[in-house]
Amino acid sequence: MRRSAGDTALSARKITRRSLFLGASQLAFMGVLGLRMRYMQVDQADEFRLLADENRIRIHLLPPARGMIYDRLGTAIAENEQTFRIVIRREDSADLDQSLAALERLIGLSAEDQARVRKELKEANPSAPVTIADRMDWDSFTLVAANGPALPGVTPDVGLSRNYPLKGDFAHVLGYVGPVSERDLAKLEDPDELLTIPKFQIGKTGVENKLEDVLRGQAGTLSVEQNAYGRIIRELGRKEGTQGAAVQLTVDHRLQNFTHAILAGESAAAVVIDVETGDVMAAASAPSFDPNLFVRGISYAAYDSLLNNDHRPLPAKTVQGAYPPGSTFKLVTAMAALSAGVIGAEDTVYCRGYTEVGGRRFHCWKRSGHGAVDLVGSLKYSCDCYYYELAQRAGIEAISDMGRKLGLGEAFDLPMSAVSSGLLPTKEWKLANRGTDWVVGDSLNASIGQGFVLTTPMQLATMAARVATGRMISPRLVRSIDGVEQPLLDGAPLDVDQNLLRQVRKGMYAVSNDPRGGTAYRSRIADDTMKIAGKTGTSQVRNAVVNNNNVPWEQRDHALFVAFAPYDNPRYAVSVVVEHGGGGSTVAAPIARDIMLFALHGGLPPLEAYPSDQRGAAQARFDALDLRDTLAATKPQSRA
Amino acid sequence: MSYLEHNLKTVPTGLRKILYFNWGLALLLTAVASVGFIMLYSVAGGTLMPWSEPQMKRFAVGFVLMFFVGMVPIWFWRNIAGLAYIATFILLLVVEFFGDVGMGAQRWIDLGFMRLQPSELMKINVVMLIAAYYDWLDIKKVSRPLWVLIPVVIILLPTALVLKQPDLGTAILLLTGGAIVMFCAGVHWAYFAAVIASGVGLVSAVFASRGTTWQLIKDYQFRRIDTFLDPSMDPHDAGYHITQSKIALGSGGWSGKGFMQGTQSRLSFLPEKHTDFIFTTLAEEFGFIGCITLLVLYGLIILFCISSAIDNKNRFGALVTLGIASTFFLFYAVNMAMVMGLAPVVGVPLPLVSYGGSAMLVLMVAFGVVQSAHIHKPRGR
Repeated sequence: MRRSAGDTALSARKITRRSLFLGASQLAFMGVLGLRMRYMQVDQADEFRLLADENRIRIHLLPPARGMIYDRLGTAIAENEQTFRIVIRREDSADLDQSLAALERLIGLSAEDQARVRKELKEANPSAPVTIADRMDWDSFTLVAANGPALPGVTPDVGLSRNYPLKGDFAHVLGYVGPVSERDLAKLEDPDELLTIPKFQIGKTGVENKLEDVLRGQAGTLSVEQNAYGRIIRELGRKEGTQGAAVQLTVDHRLQNFTHAILAGESAAAVVIDVETGDVMAAASAPSFDPNLFVRGISYAAYDSLLNNDHRPLPAKTVQGAYPPGSTFKLVTAMAALSAGVIGAEDTVYCRGYTEVGGRRFHCWKRSGHGAVDLVGSLKYSCDCYYYELAQRAGIEAISDMGRKLGLGEAFDLPMSAVSSGLLPTKEWKLANRGTDWVVGDSLNASIGQGFVLTTPMQLATMAARVATGRMISPRLVRSIDGVEQPLLDGAPLDVDQNLLRQVRKGMYAVSNDPRGGTAYRSRIADDTMKIAGKTGTSQVRNAVVNNNNVPWEQRDHALFVAFAPYDNPRYAVSVVVEHGGGGSTVAAPIARDIMLFALHGGLPPLEAYPSDQRGAAQARFDALDLRDTLAATKPQSRA
Repeated sequence: MSYLEHNLKTVPTGLRKILYFNWGLALLLTAVASVGFIMLYSVAGGTLMPWSEPQMKRFAVGFVLMFFVGMVPIWFWRNIAGLAYIATFILLLVVEFFGDVGMGAQRWIDLGFMRLQPSELMKINVVMLIAAYYDWLDIKKVSRPLWVLIPVVIILLPTALVLKQPDLGTAILLLTGGAIVMFCAGVHWAYFAAVIASGVGLVSAVFASRGTTWQLIKDYQFRRIDTFLDPSMDPHDAGYHITQSKIALGSGGWSGKGFMQGTQSRLSFLPEKHTDFIFTTLAEEFGFIGCITLLVLYGLIILFCISSAIDNKNRFGALVTLGIASTFFLFYAVNMAMVMGLAPVVGVPLPLVSYGGSAMLVLMVAFGVVQSAHIHKPRGR
């Protein structure tokens, strides 16, 4: 159809008008788009840039290396070992099913492990690594690392785990670390962010627990750029954490090892204290256990056997074990009576084998009696009647007061678990706790370390140190933290007459060195420069007096011995408690002498230190000891 | 026949047509397509495969097609407009009713070298048929209701089919593209005012229908609208696209993070980064300057078309040029608005830049028709 010229002109006019309007509208819309771009890309750019960074940058916590623990010689007794493991984080675990399936193929990840990973992922902080497999061997680890692209979100990780190279030797002192638990977290008000890392190791017992704050260190951060599938593209920045402080303890790992070896087979505890500084040189509790088992996750069976062992390997008997001190407590009773002036050192008490108080007979261990004994004699023979008399004269309050002065009855401020205060009974204490009045008999029992009196091996060693020096020696376990020497504890002179202490020391010397009735004479030291002075103790765990050999183990007496040496220039104080060991003089004293000699010599002592008739036995004993290789090399050959 | 209205001697013939080819427009199209090649190269992580190289090949084919389509006289295109519309409509019916059953719900027909989506073709065919219709129609009858109804039916038939697929993006483009040709042809304002008013009413009705038995659109479409209105509502699923897209765009800043340095697109936070969301990569890597440059290039293409149309005494040529230009405008305007969070995510690619064979070739053929209209416009002296 041919259009008229008019129509054509009309059409052109209309199209021009409408298209100009259209063009203007489109331009306006493009203006809006341009303004929107400007608004987003210029005005709000910083905000979006931040969002973009958050999108791709992840901050991972880097667990710090735990502080090392050394003994006084600088040997590491708690260290960190590398472990190969693979972890996954919730924020990266989008393809969890794929990853777990691939891991099952690659390294045979078990169904239980897969379920555990799923559960832990659900509960964990989004950026906290959940361990899929731990302590992997190198082959599996590299296999996983090489297959990274097929394992979205899975990160190979070289972690650190606690290791105790000396195994059981320091199990009770150091304690052990373990994965942080719900209960641990519940106890803290403002938990460290690190604790949100599943399986993060924290101290559970002992020094590891008490010094957790200094050992833990500061978390580091690792910022990585990753894609939407959680695969790390590159590291953007790494701020290493700060390793926990290095802690040096006062203990000597060789002495500790020797002490454990010599206590082997017994349920016993032994403590060695430096009498000048109070440094705990050794604190052994036998039997022990391997703390590494707890770090790696102990099996129920292994844990059960530790719990059900009648020798109780788990508690630290050195500080948790509260034993009746037996005759070792006579040092306290003697000091209390002498200080109270109710008896002089030269005054004698007649022992006829028993003392009768309130119609009840209190026997001396020697039924035939010791006759007239003075202070030195009473200690030497360990005459009970002498102390029954002193108890009646001085009273329980004076005895308990003296006990406190000598370091008993109070818990020391040691970084160990469940440090016991023992017990020094008083009249109020009995009324409050037993509901009955104190009777004289109680005082008599207490005077020879029976009845209500309870002490720990650590307290007994401290008592020996205080008697040896006449100063307020307190045990110190931590020598330095991060190179900073820890202050020595108060070593002020004791609030007692030093002359009286000298008399008591003379008595202790007689115990170990007087051939005429010294209860520990057999356990003397032959070396004149290292004379030992001690006190035996045999504390009853039952009432009837029966020959020890005829009763079951758990009803036998505890054997105790406290000592210091050298007599004229004391360096070390030792306490030994052998549970149900029998007599202090026959069981505990020889052990204490061996330990003391080892401490004094800084190694296995020469046989010359032993009386000539005991050297063969000593050699045989040393040969039978299960010492660590480095120590065994120092075993001296007989020079005789 | 309207081409007889003018002296054929004023229309270039033979090789002289090459002189009248709109080289400026061709250059602009090439420039825009080149932006696409660069972005696809970047999105692929610095390699030509799998997107950039095929895209270049398709553009080369498309450019040749545009050239030859442009050489064909415009009246040929007007004369086959009806036939092309019917053929495409049949194809649309085929994929709509048989695609579901026989071809596994596919919306395209495999031509061997490429997959043709009839709905892509339909966008151009609707524009051409309506332009041809108004070329045929007596100009005085343009605004009469009965004569307005015919193009409305032409538009609504394929729109209904496409909407049923459902492809909201294409439906909007068909509807708006056709309406713009009607508008340019001189249909009375009142009709458009009425349609816009009823459109607002319809949107209200759609929202009112939510949750009722007569719900007008699908639940997922409602959700898309929801997340458009508040992307943070669902940052990990549906809102994820918009949120991540906005982050990529905004973090580009003035001059961008640099070529191949876009962290968002590089790290796969962006969905469909090589197709519908490619603009965000451009925005992230070249910033505001890059975005405005592309917007200006697009604007210039529209400007070239409008000026060609205004200068064109051939009614079909002018209308088809305006229609195609407007469809092109709708493509990029909707896409940009979408990635910038101004419009819901409806699945409209960025024309000539997004990876995709059908859309690219159809657009180049359409610009061939624009070239044809330009070359064959009456040039009176």
